[in-house]
Amino acid sequence: MSKILLKGARVVDPAVKLDKIADVLVQRGRIACVCPAGDCADVCADTTVIDCSGKILVPGLVDLHVHLREPGFEYREDIASGTHAAAHGGFTAIGAMANTNPVIDTGATVKFALDKAAEVGCVRVYQYGALTKGLAGTQLAEMADMHRSGAVAFSDDGMGIQNPQLMRRAMEYVHIFDGLIIAHCEDEDLVDGGVVHEGLVATRLGVAGQASLSEALAVHRDIELARLTGTRLHIAHVSAAASIDAIRAAKAAGDIRLTAEVTPHHLFMNEDDLDLTYNTNLKMNPPLRSETDRAALLEALLDGTIDTIATDHAPHAPQEKELEFELANFGTTGLETALSAVITHLVLPGIMDWATLVDRMSHRPRAILGIEPVTIAKGSTADITIVDPEAEIVVTKDWLVGKGKNSAFLGKTLTGVASEVIVDGTLVLRGGEII
Amino acid sequence: MSMITSRHLLNIEDFTNDEIYAVLENAKTFKEVNERPIKKLPTLRGRTIVNLFLEPSTRTRGSFELAQKRLSADSLNFSASASATTKGESLIDTAQTFDAMKVDMVIVRHKYAGTPYILTQNMDAHIVNGGDGINEHPTQTLLDLFTIQEKLGRIEGLTVGIVGDIVHSRVAGSLAPALKRLGARVIFVAPPAYQPVVPEALGAEASYDFDAILPELDVVCLLRIQGERAQGLSVPSIREYASLYGLNAARANTLMRKDAIVLHPGPMNRGVEITPDVIADPRTYVLDQVNAGVAVRMAVMYMMLGGDADE
Repeated sequence: MSKILLKGARVVDPAVKLDKIADVLVQRGRIACVCPAGDCADVCADTTVIDCSGKILVPGLVDLHVHLREPGFEYREDIASGTHAAAHGGFTAIGAMANTNPVIDTGATVKFALDKAAEVGCVRVYQYGALTKGLAGTQLAEMADMHRSGAVAFSDDGMGIQNPQLMRRAMEYVHIFDGLIIAHCEDEDLVDGGVVHEGLVATRLGVAGQASLSEALAVHRDIELARLTGTRLHIAHVSAAASIDAIRAAKAAGDIRLTAEVTPHHLFMNEDDLDLTYNTNLKMNPPLRSETDRAALLEALLDGTIDTIATDHAPHAPQEKELEFELANFGTTGLETALSAVITHLVLPGIMDWATLVDRMSHRPRAILGIEPVTIAKGSTADITIVDPEAEIVVTKDWLVGKGKNSAFLGKTLTGVASEVIVDGTLVLRGGEII
Repeated sequence: MSMITSRHLLNIEDFTNDEIYAVLENAKTFKEVNERPIKKLPTLRGRTIVNLFLEPSTRTRGSFELAQKRLSADSLNFSASASATTKGESLIDTAQTFDAMKVDMVIVRHKYAGTPYILTQNMDAHIVNGGDGINEHPTQTLLDLFTIQEKLGRIEGLTVGIVGDIVHSRVAGSLAPALKRLGARVIFVAPPAYQPVVPEALGAEASYDFDAILPELDVVCLLRIQGERAQGLSVPSIREYASLYGLNAARANTLMRKDAIVLHPGPMNRGVEITPDVIADPRTYVLDQVNAGVAVRMAVMYMMLGGDADE
């Protein structure tokens, strides 16, 4: 395998206290050396040399929350197109949710998904299994079998577990192998058919709203169940300030293993983005909430209460989105715009530094899954993201490489974009193009 | 030149205050026409209007249809039960189909909010919202305003109570902001589950106490209580709702002002939000609203389409 020399990037990796201009040499899937710019001697004829001056080089980014749609919904996205979208957005690894058809709820289906990802995927895919059979919320799925087949976490994401005793039993069960549960926190009785935030937007658009409490109550419940069972709990797509309060208090108590994620759309948009054009790309679950909620999410991300940014990448076909607002499917894509949105809204204005971005989008998500750390240091696995912080993109359907064009960020101009992505020592994105 | 700035009437916000008053003024003329033995005018001869009713409706559709016939427009009724939408045709395809047939105006009623906007994006015709979900019903508002002005001589300075299931009411969604904009005070009178999330967003105050508010009201606008929304979750029972918020003779005779008027967009639940004796009370103008509805819709269509041929 040929070598890759990444020359002259600003290398940022807080895990090894690195923030300087350096050359990085990649060989046989590993980082062979990190040396002062121009010092890398070990270059031969078959070395691919990439000039990275002016760019930022960081450990490969990880998105813990992706819907790949295969098997069953390949018209929305498939493992090949979804991993292309991931690489285009600067991610070297993604966590795939189980709500496919058939549902990933057995060892055999986990194995199918992982084998298919190894065959056609261009980034690493970590597969999650369903908590309950068929995501029906009534009976535990064979989680130990899925664990043996490679599932790294368990979730009924897409819908909340309504029965608290079932959630308790699931948490107790995965304790056998110290499993991780990713909770989609939603009390359906409180949601009561709401399709937007129960706030100003519901009145303004004349559609039913769902109260923040529908999420926060479920967050409280699952935190208490995690306390009771001792199970590792990760809260998906936190959207409400009241949920943040619960997570912050639980983390302060220090007696449970709790992590949480926030999506870019909840960080950078709010209910005021919805107007009388009823843009269905802004219809997602949980919904865009108030500015107060949004500000609380950002504060929690910055102070570490929220551990990571995950996209909840939810591709849909045009015929599922170009509909009456109340009939359209929930969800926005996110893989391709997350990094650029974070750079545009947080890094460039000086709200978040690059080291914190790396912590929240690379190190913490790996720690949450309990997988091998990746650092920019000799001997580490060569999963690397290189960012051009000045490149400007306009998010258009043509610019997006994934099948799902239902991006909440369509039409937005963003600054800072992944230019190169290396997975396991192999270039999968170069000059912003999928290889 | 059309006499209305906005190409469409999706929300009551699309009409300026001056345009609203101009509609009411023109409607007066049409109302007189409706009293004649021969009620037909040639105004919209050669114009094609589609009544796209994707949700059952009798009075709104009938009112529009009659208004179209009296203006000599050619109209086509397309209703949910007879339509392709029940066969799974998307709204966009329905819109593009009628667009290809070159129609001049579409009146649309649908159970989902924002539907009229989707039509504007997929066809050239003028779109008039005939009620979209629980969002808005602007022509109902115009006929309510007509009746208020006709009976009380003004809108500005009045206090209007809208009583009933506000949050699920497209009538309130259009009427309240229009009244507010024209200088009236609007109070939503309803139990908590029927109040909108943010009443102020519609320009209204909120009250739970009908008896306390009733003496202040110049206009009592009652809304229909839908049985399935009063089955123990939002309010305990229809009976208890009626005891707190129904307008009965006892309330009307003791708490309601002599010069106040009662409106109801229909259809009424006799004995729930309004009792038969109040329906018969001379202060109740429900049928005047229905009568004004035809004239107001004639005015809207005339003003939106009237001058288009000269463009």
